[in-house]
Amino acid sequence: MAEDITIAVLSGKGGTGKTMVSVNLAAVAGSATYIDCDVEEPNGHLFLKPAMLSQEIITIGKPEVDNRLCDGCKICSDACAFKALAVVKKKLLIFPEICHSCGLCYTLCPQGALTEVPQSLGVLYTGHHEDLQVLAAEMNIGEPSGVPLIKALMKHIKGGLTIIDGPPGSGCLVHETIEHADFCLLVAEPTRFGEQNLALVHRLVTLMGKPAAVLLNKTTGDPNPSEAYAKANGLPIIASLPWDDELARVTSRGALITEESGAYRQYFSTLLATILKEAQRA
Amino acid sequence: MIIAVPAENQSLDSAICQSFGRAPFFCIYDTESESSRFIDNSAKEASGGAGIEAAQLLVDQNVDALITYRIGENAARVLKAAQTTLLKAVNLSIADNVANFLEGKLPSLDEIHSGYHHG
Repeated sequence: MAEDITIAVLSGKGGTGKTMVSVNLAAVAGSATYIDCDVEEPNGHLFLKPAMLSQEIITIGKPEVDNRLCDGCKICSDACAFKALAVVKKKLLIFPEICHSCGLCYTLCPQGALTEVPQSLGVLYTGHHEDLQVLAAEMNIGEPSGVPLIKALMKHIKGGLTIIDGPPGSGCLVHETIEHADFCLLVAEPTRFGEQNLALVHRLVTLMGKPAAVLLNKTTGDPNPSEAYAKANGLPIIASLPWDDELARVTSRGALITEESGAYRQYFSTLLATILKEAQRA
Repeated sequence: MIIAVPAENQSLDSAICQSFGRAPFFCIYDTESESSRFIDNSAKEASGGAGIEAAQLLVDQNVDALITYRIGENAARVLKAAQTTLLKAVNLSIADNVANFLEGKLPSLDEIHSGYHHG
């Protein structure tokens, strides 16, 4: 790959075919990197079946107080932008699930009563599928935010072509993912609900100044609200992928359609070439 | 004794706000002087941690009791550390709730919800 380029595959909602598109694009990309950013429920590995090379526990820092040193001055709790600290009867109360690990409280504490204690947030997996480097991270159950896991994953972008399988929705995780993308491929369903969620994620990528195009997935002969949205809002339609029972069957057993069908291998190779051309033009 | 009540408007005739952390105002009622005042809730538009901030605000006002429809677990932890009495509001004005409280008619608030957090 001549150029360093990172493509994020996004959807605005779950179940549009984001992972199916991402893994098949990655499978035809040759020497590239695939990153599964759906840290709440990563599933790209089910299709790519990577040979695992390493696991790394990702930690985040949370404050702990030494009550012998804390005098309840409230400097930390007044400064905390997330209101993760409160002071009652000169005693500091810490709310770790509200804390965003910014570190301001340790920096400001005049008594040196606060220390940063690492806590496990999840695991980052590195592996490979033929020439494709495969990365994924899985957040521990019950954690409020996987953003630090996505930041950790993004440190592994080595250059060349990177395909990111984005998290669903258009919240914090998606925002963090888009930050690192050069081009966003939005995968949309032909439903009113699909159209609403496509609009949300399209607005987000536009706000963040990222070039984007839509892939209309599961199309039928019926009117497609997502297609109508794209046409009315200047969102380029890069491709359509008609509903196909065989594609659904192959995908539902965790296989790559590009490894079972020459026609689909050709389809995804052409799609990848078109995306790269669009991304380089943008 | 100082009582706090989440208020929709700055009036004793106002309804009690359904939300604790995001109430626009708090009524601070002093039972000794039988006087009331209203303070802005600085937490009402917080992106997160509104319950904690609102609870800190009341603790700093030396409130002894809070009359509210509901409260989240984080706010409750702050108020309980300050030994604030939590009471369940009835569907009447602030003034009527205070009157009910003074007659000992308000039950204690035992239901603590887990908050309305988002990612």
